[in-house]
Amino acid sequence: MKTIKTLLCATAIAALSTTAFARDLVMNANTSDPAQKEAMENLIADFEAAYPEIDVKFNLYDHEAFKVALRNFLVSDAPDLITWNAGNRMKVFVDLGLFEDVSDVWASENLYEQMPAVVGASSVDGKQYGVPYAYYAWGFYYRKDLFEQAGITETPSTWEEFKEMGAQLNAADITPVTIGTKNLWPTAGWFDFLNLRVNGADFHADLMDGKIKYTDERVKKVFEIWEELVEADFFVENHPAYSFQEALPFMNQGKAAMYLLAPFIVSMFPDDVREQVEWFPFPIIDESVGIYEDAPTDSFHIPVNAKNKDDARLFLKFAAAAENQTKTAGTLDMLPPNINASVKDDRFAQGGFAQLSKADGIMQFYDRDTDPALAKVGMQGFQEFLQHPDRIDDILERIEVERARIYGAL
Amino acid sequence: MFPRPIQESSKSRQLMYKVALPISLVIWLLPMIAIVATAGRSLHDINYGNYWGIPSEWAFLDNFGEVFSSSPILIYLLNSVIITVPSIFGALFLSTLAGAGLALYKFKGRFVIFALFIAGNFVPFQILMIPVRQLTLDLGIYDTYLAVILFQVAFQTGFCTFFMRNFIADLPFELVESARSEGVSEWKILIHVIIPLVRPALAALAVLQFTFIWNDFFWPLILIQSDELRPITLGLTTLKGQYISSFNLLAAGSLIAALPPVMMFFAMQRHFIAGLTLGASKG
Amino acid sequence: MTDMTSYPVPPKPRHTTFYSRNKLVITPLLFIAPAFAMFSLFVIYPIIQSISLSFYEWQGIGPKKWVGFNNYDLLFKDPVFWKALVNNIYWLVLFLLAPVLGLIIALFLNQKVFGIRLVKSLFFFPFVVSQIVVGLVFTWFYDPAFGLIAALIEPLGLKLPSILASEDWATFGVIIAGLWPQTAYCMILYLTGLNSVNPEMIEAARLDGARGWRLLVNIVLPQLRAATFIAIVVTVIGALRSFDLVAIMTEGGPYNSSNVLAFYMYDNAIFRYRMGYAASIATILFLIMDVYIVWFLMRLLKNEKGSR
Repeated sequence: MKTIKTLLCATAIAALSTTAFARDLVMNANTSDPAQKEAMENLIADFEAAYPEIDVKFNLYDHEAFKVALRNFLVSDAPDLITWNAGNRMKVFVDLGLFEDVSDVWASENLYEQMPAVVGASSVDGKQYGVPYAYYAWGFYYRKDLFEQAGITETPSTWEEFKEMGAQLNAADITPVTIGTKNLWPTAGWFDFLNLRVNGADFHADLMDGKIKYTDERVKKVFEIWEELVEADFFVENHPAYSFQEALPFMNQGKAAMYLLAPFIVSMFPDDVREQVEWFPFPIIDESVGIYEDAPTDSFHIPVNAKNKDDARLFLKFAAAAENQTKTAGTLDMLPPNINASVKDDRFAQGGFAQLSKADGIMQFYDRDTDPALAKVGMQGFQEFLQHPDRIDDILERIEVERARIYGAL
Repeated sequence: MFPRPIQESSKSRQLMYKVALPISLVIWLLPMIAIVATAGRSLHDINYGNYWGIPSEWAFLDNFGEVFSSSPILIYLLNSVIITVPSIFGALFLSTLAGAGLALYKFKGRFVIFALFIAGNFVPFQILMIPVRQLTLDLGIYDTYLAVILFQVAFQTGFCTFFMRNFIADLPFELVESARSEGVSEWKILIHVIIPLVRPALAALAVLQFTFIWNDFFWPLILIQSDELRPITLGLTTLKGQYISSFNLLAAGSLIAALPPVMMFFAMQRHFIAGLTLGASKG
Repeated sequence: MTDMTSYPVPPKPRHTTFYSRNKLVITPLLFIAPAFAMFSLFVIYPIIQSISLSFYEWQGIGPKKWVGFNNYDLLFKDPVFWKALVNNIYWLVLFLLAPVLGLIIALFLNQKVFGIRLVKSLFFFPFVVSQIVVGLVFTWFYDPAFGLIAALIEPLGLKLPSILASEDWATFGVIIAGLWPQTAYCMILYLTGLNSVNPEMIEAARLDGARGWRLLVNIVLPQLRAATFIAIVVTVIGALRSFDLVAIMTEGGPYNSSNVLAFYMYDNAIFRYRMGYAASIATILFLIMDVYIVWFLMRLLKNEKGSR
């Protein structure tokens, strides 16, 4: 019965595609931030203008609900297109055979040359399974006026300078860093950068792949360095009570000077505060280690069970085109993966772009690079560490138990 | 009536009651007031940490306008009605029958059946996600109103049967016995004796069910994927962003979504609270 | 399930058809059958499937791997499970305040004065408003820097411990938020129940000199038995299913200190891709509830034998 239905659908679509009737293209998305919503709506409107015979049916989900729904609709009644993330998150579904191989789109549009930065993250075993529409840099968003108030004239580029800066801010009664750890992931930004700066990208990648014990001395070293900041009162108090967003008032009210975060924070500053906000990259800790950055990548994918893959491919090609990437990434305050697209002309996008351009390598993000269960246990550990640095040995033992359960004993 | 009607007590106590009532209402609704105030705040106030102070500007019109313009909220509301109303009737119908069956007759195994109905209520229902989705796919009703309605009827029938059985069991059994001895058929006993007596319970249950089904967004999330079929609770979750949540719009939207159940309560309370006494007490 | 032959023939058989001889057995079965069929198909059968899932390792999609009791093994060694179980017990115990508070409010509102219908509807509001915003507002109550409580007590020179950031207090902060809608729920049940209180018995008791507290305990409460039973059951269900508020207010944190079984199950199923493990948590939770159901039914049975 089902095959008949599929056959009927297929013939119907084939018949329709040769005529001028509207073809439905169903897209399920998790882009529920205000800027994301706008960017997607614009992209779809432009696409429909370019292909008037295609009617895009857009089903928007909030981010958490999407994770629930995703594994339901991928195996049952799949849409033609979805938004998701490159890297390990994509690989999970590729390994299950649920994402369509879209290497043909990469080849026909010559995306290998146009999107060099994201080829790796979009590939599994040399084949591409998605087309990125935006990626972004992480770094410190800081308030220039508060820095000046504390007598800081230059942003820190080394670890010593960074710690000195913190001391100066604290002396001026300003908490150096705000962070909300209720959603856990803001802690992972810190861990990623510290580990990348101390141990480098190869080590970090191995750790993400479960090939290194969390009780390893090199991991402990990372927490020793992190502890220097905790002990020096770098972070706001009671951070587990705040979501990422609820920790922002500290900065907006001038009680805290900076936030290690990504471009989606920019639209959250009130206008008068935003004028004062600038950006600097995570400082160097060890000169001998290269510059490695987190650059999470968001992308479109076609489910294997999609009904209208032809039009879905048309959409991927459209979304990959330079001028559309410029527009989409610009609305998002993020970076277009296509090198022929132009980066939004503001200090945050340009700063992030410059930093990523000189990076020796990029990772996605802790909870996108490692097993989701391990990521959860790990980030809970980071949160506990920030509250109780003295418990670090217990915490690492616990994370190691989870790592060993997933990846096996070492 | 208990407690003693306030009209029978002294003037000063009546006055005290009339003063205490609004004060307690305000205290009770303090979080509610905060939600209303949040619906009138700008996002910048919220990002500034101004959760409790006077908003820098009142943004009620902007926020409610934004809720209405950013999503097809009227369609969502209509969908909620389409899902909720038949679900309630279905669940009440099945459970009145089953409740009567369990309360009025003594047969072996009734406690096992009753226990099953109760036990089903206790399951952490999210775990049923995958089997239920698969079931609706097998029945060919995935991504339709019917999928959600049938599931809600079935799931709520557990609680409703428990509720109705207890109310029916509390009725004076002599009424049933005398009807039986006069040769009234069992079906007619149910229709003409039992149902009129449990009307207040049915009304109360209808209000509760309306609230449960109306507010549920988990099952529509699992069983429906088309935007045009979504009920309001699911539609509103898209106001929660990946990183940025428009708390003010969320508050405004949730006030809109909460109005129908409250109106339902207001309309139905005549049937189960004001004046109508449960027949049982007179019997 | 039902042994038809052993049931005594009804006392006054007028006709002697099979149905009329057995109508007191057949009728209830006919009455129950549709509800039971639906419930079996959509609830009981999926429950059985979920229990069987707990013996597999499964991502929610893709191949399943049979692991026997391994999930349970892991579960009993999992400190988060035990923490969540303890928290569930806190929820169960403290949530029983809801029927008590609900009764108090119902008694307070059970008057006929101008506008009382509207007042009752407004008291009902917490129960219908989305849990997301309830959680949000209570989070903002507690907010140690910008919250209402902080703003109220800081001028007095006091400093608030940060409730939701504290591993000792977070659970209680969430429970208090949960009590608000749950009390409204119980209030409705008691308002309904209060109508069925027999006015003649109350008058008689009043003539005997019973007043206030004694009248409530000796005359009114026994008549509210049905409402109390339902209130307690729904409160227990609410406590064990406690989920939305935990998800919104703390996400089970800080570091699992406010986790509960329902949320931990959900977290594993959805965000950690551990469907089998989640099913084993659900099964344990379900078994705990079954103990309660058996206890509950025994009491019900005893009461009814006594009363009839």
